[in-house]
Amino acid sequence: MEQIPRNSGFALPSAYLSSTTSSFADFLRAEAPDLLPSKRSAGMGTSGGDLDAPHGTTIVASTFNGGVLIAGDRRATSGNLIATRDMDKVYVTDAYSAVGIAGTAGIALELVRLYTVELAHYEKIEGVSLSLDGKSNKLATMVRGNLDAAMAGLAVVPLFVGYDIEASDPKRAGRIVSFDVTGGRYEENAGFHAIGSGSVFAKSAMKKLYDPDADQDGAVRAAIESLYDAADDDTATGGPDIARKIYPSVVTITAEHGAVQLPTEETSAVAEAVVADRAAQQDWRS
Amino acid sequence: MSMPLYASPEQLMRERSELARKGIARGRSVVVLKYRGGVLFVAENPSPTLHKVSEIYDRIGFAAVGRYSEFESLRRGGIRHVDLQGYQYDRRDVSARALANVYAQTLSTIFTEQLKPYEVEICVAQVGANADADELYRLTYDGSIVDEPQFVVMGGQTDAINTKLKETFSDGMELSDAVRVAAEAFRPSASSGSGTNGGSSSSSAQEGEPSKLEVAVLERERPGRKFRRITGAALDALLPARTEAADSSDSGSEGDGNPEGDGKSDG
Repeated sequence: MEQIPRNSGFALPSAYLSSTTSSFADFLRAEAPDLLPSKRSAGMGTSGGDLDAPHGTTIVASTFNGGVLIAGDRRATSGNLIATRDMDKVYVTDAYSAVGIAGTAGIALELVRLYTVELAHYEKIEGVSLSLDGKSNKLATMVRGNLDAAMAGLAVVPLFVGYDIEASDPKRAGRIVSFDVTGGRYEENAGFHAIGSGSVFAKSAMKKLYDPDADQDGAVRAAIESLYDAADDDTATGGPDIARKIYPSVVTITAEHGAVQLPTEETSAVAEAVVADRAAQQDWRS
Repeated sequence: MSMPLYASPEQLMRERSELARKGIARGRSVVVLKYRGGVLFVAENPSPTLHKVSEIYDRIGFAAVGRYSEFESLRRGGIRHVDLQGYQYDRRDVSARALANVYAQTLSTIFTEQLKPYEVEICVAQVGANADADELYRLTYDGSIVDEPQFVVMGGQTDAINTKLKETFSDGMELSDAVRVAAEAFRPSASSGSGTNGGSSSSSAQEGEPSKLEVAVLERERPGRKFRRITGAALDALLPARTEAADSSDSGSEGDGNPEGDGKSDG
């Protein structure tokens, strides 16, 4: 294989100039396979589970009237320890999509980074972006590529949300797609979903709080409330940390504004309101 | 019978240059110029889908004239190269200067080693943190590279357009003024006289009505990816003189994937 050119004093090899693929991952596989996340797992054996690499925890997603949102807590754990308190696990991947990650943090971050480059790369080369199903299929392929590592205990499971700009009903154009470690791809038609260690509690909370006709503010409130419930019962999920000013991260996607990470001012206000309401319930009980 | 003909290297290079230059001169023109808010690309392009101007990276844009298949492969190669660099290191480590060097090496290798040189001329532009940091590189078919301080004119009638732009261009123009200056420069006028070089026969089609323009900008103030195409109504608003060309609005809102892509005209 040709050496990959790493500085500026070279001519582009003919593979760069060909029109065989519009995919960045395919291009990497041909030209620089050592940079692909999946290649590293080859010599890993089956003992990855003993590594205690940091794990990301709970992600929730829900649709609302005119869009979709995805929210995650900020904690990463390593065994029984907190590895990071303020990690972002929800990423804007292009103008109308976002991905939340649960599982082995290092691999998941690399996967999201590659996926983001992949979407932009396709868009630049082809002049149009992938369809929403194209995007989620591509992500499924990348999760499947990580299967060897998943067998070794380093599983990564993303949760994909996107706004379908070609949908006939713009109010219902927000979509949620979940994946399993084998690359299985499941459209979540219920309108909400959660992944990660606290997902059981988050999903139960969502079941009661979810309102398909809610506006964006209502949906953000429900998502943060369900994350609070997850943190309440799952040690690996971090609740709003008011002392350190660490609050859940939320990305909303609407037709008008595209995918936007909510500023901390907004998420902190909602999180503090949720905490205050729960405190009020305690007062009423005593 | 078939004896290999001897040609001196000088003559070979001269003939290749001539071939490339003729090919480029037949095409329509592209103007790339700096304005206050970034870099503006204006191309004469009858096709709404086969672009001459394109995004390469966050802050880098690309414009080309000549043979479509050839500059298209250069464009793909450039995008692959910068995406690989940015993935390997960081998005900030990708620069137009490095990319222009790579293109120069590529073009010069093709020019000397292949039977037929690429009949293309390309411009790599980068928008910086302020107006002084904006960069324009012009690359010709043989791999020569020039760093232009104000504007780049490539393609067919470069002499006439160059002369006109030299009179009308000024530093720190607003976007609307810059688009107008560029559009005016394309319009063949009486004062430019015999300024057309080479393809004088093709200019008859461009007489009278202005040809369709492909317009894009690298906007300094835009967060993230700076490249934005200006199409449809937003473009018509910038070109008030072209009211009769209202039929060009069928190119409509073009999917460059940015939600606020076509709405605003000024940045």
